[in-house]
Amino acid sequence: MHLMYFTEQPMSAYDEKAGLDYGATALTFSNKHFDPVEGSRLYNNYLEQYLKVEEVGIDGIMLNEHHNAPFCMQAKTNMFAAILAAVTKKVKIVILGNPLPLAENPIRLAEELAMIDMISKGRLVSGFVRGGGQEQLSAGVNPAFNRERFVEAHDLVVKAWTQPGPFRHEGTHYQHRVVNPWAVPLQKPYPRVWIPGVISKETVIWSAQQRYPYIALNTSIEDTKKIWALYDQTAAECGYESGPENRGYLARIHVADDEATAVKNAREFTWMQGEFTGLAHPVWANPAGYFSPSSRRAFVEFAVGRSQNPRGAMSFEEQLESGMIFAGTPKQVLPRIRHLLEETRPGIMAVWAQDGKVSQKDSLRCIELLGTEVFPQVREWAKELGLNSPFEADSPVHLKYSKDLKTGVVAAE
Amino acid sequence: MAKGADWSEHAVEVSGATIHTRRAGKGSPLVVLHHDIGTLDSLAFYDTLAETHDVVIPDFPGWGRSPRLEWMRHPRDVAILMQGLRAELGLASSALVGLGFGGWVAAEMAAMAPREVTKLVLVGAMGIKPSDGDILDQAIISYIDYPHAFFHERKSFEALYGNVTTEQLEAWDIAREMSFRIAWKPYMYSQALPHLLGAVKAPALIVWGDDDKVVPVSAAHAFQSALPNARLEIVKGSGHAVEMEKPDELAKLVTPFLDAQ
Repeated sequence: MHLMYFTEQPMSAYDEKAGLDYGATALTFSNKHFDPVEGSRLYNNYLEQYLKVEEVGIDGIMLNEHHNAPFCMQAKTNMFAAILAAVTKKVKIVILGNPLPLAENPIRLAEELAMIDMISKGRLVSGFVRGGGQEQLSAGVNPAFNRERFVEAHDLVVKAWTQPGPFRHEGTHYQHRVVNPWAVPLQKPYPRVWIPGVISKETVIWSAQQRYPYIALNTSIEDTKKIWALYDQTAAECGYESGPENRGYLARIHVADDEATAVKNAREFTWMQGEFTGLAHPVWANPAGYFSPSSRRAFVEFAVGRSQNPRGAMSFEEQLESGMIFAGTPKQVLPRIRHLLEETRPGIMAVWAQDGKVSQKDSLRCIELLGTEVFPQVREWAKELGLNSPFEADSPVHLKYSKDLKTGVVAAE
Repeated sequence: MAKGADWSEHAVEVSGATIHTRRAGKGSPLVVLHHDIGTLDSLAFYDTLAETHDVVIPDFPGWGRSPRLEWMRHPRDVAILMQGLRAELGLASSALVGLGFGGWVAAEMAAMAPREVTKLVLVGAMGIKPSDGDILDQAIISYIDYPHAFFHERKSFEALYGNVTTEQLEAWDIAREMSFRIAWKPYMYSQALPHLLGAVKAPALIVWGDDDKVVPVSAAHAFQSALPNARLEIVKGSGHAVEMEKPDELAKLVTPFLDAQ
């Protein structure tokens, strides 16, 4: 089991009333409400949290990025990854992930990641994402080519990492005449790639075709099982048997010394008006061409207010009750984690431990309790249940490095 | 208002593309190029044009009934296919009426084949960067708010679209995706077009609604200065879609312009 800590790095000092008055807390909600004095304090708080993560023996730190919104302060995930490469010694630096389609120059991205891998002495896990709809709009990147750019940029980054230069890339969305980066990853054949997602079928299938672990981001147990069924089926078609080493799960878990504090702090998980990414117009999150054509009909009805969000919206109490959020003392949350492990069988688990305006003191205490009282038990159970991480299973970095493919099956591209 | 003309439908093959067109009327040929939101099948303005002209209204590839072309990347690609369509239909030369985004396509056609375009009508045309204001960014507003913005008055929109069906919403989403695929950056204009319009031989009539919330009127002035022989008319009480909101007023400007020797 690989256990990680995650925070969205919330810009918790923004003026919430201004957001409610404006009716949106994303994309076009003015950055005049961003206070860099508070920003400086918060960035350093998050750095202190990451150092605590290493101190209490947690395996990894999960990082991400978003833009134009208070829910996440990381504008470039490689910045914190680079900082952590220098100031930590043991933790895995798990980027989930770099939004590939946003890159105008994937070679530059390959160089940055190679530098992080070398400086950290091989502790990088380089996840990739499509980026949310709002990220495409904030970056001015065409949402209609999001998936094509994702795949082409991925293939180019991996080629830059694994094939000696110089070579030329004349692709559909990227053209580079002299690819020859003088920074390549320390880890061979290349750093592990994990793919986080919410449920998009195309991404689950693509991940399984690459044999990249898929990290389900706080999906319900029922939806998570559907994801694994699709992943397992695709894996079988590709000639390998998938297991816990292919499965990751991000859970929202806040622990404190007493239940009342834990529940009070956990309520902050809904600080963005109950949405992960804040109040936003539906067409920002799903610009035309970004989502799967199969969901077009349901989406257009939602976008003009004729139907509810197909993803649904639950109150804090409902989320506590249904297990979308765990809150309590370590003893109280452990049985719920056990249930989650038994039901979804992940080999990678990230804990999104707090959000919003949880105090730095409570945040650090939560990390300490996770590291010393929650995760040791989770590790024991993972051993008992055979939930091995990709590191423990020594699974191949990519399908093409597999040595266990069943004969007669044609490997996917 | 004109009586409904007798429209026939055709699927024309051009360079691997299937272009669906509607055609009606007799007289000199006239090609009408539609908005970025596509077009309704039937409009009073189209019927009026068909009283005196052989009117051809194509669906651009990816819009309406014409299948998408994965490779298409720029409105100039559409313009070239439209020239191909004219050739397939045997129209040696013709007048063009370009509506909004279709105005951009029409302007490209008039510049690339100056002798084949007899008259050029641009209504609220996209394609040139306005000097004052920006072309409305549909990416950040909903499928229904964008067409709403085409009109000076909401009741004009409602008279034509009624209660918008889910099928119409889907069509607008597909149209929006096509706009992104071919005109994302820079959004809805070409930096080259103003420099090419000097090649246009056809007399041009530029028409703008006085309340165009989609393309600022400064773009009308830019077209007027870039085109060698252009006249600008502003229609009062109209938004971007003059042909839908003020069809009679637009016809009164366009018909004599097309008829003039």
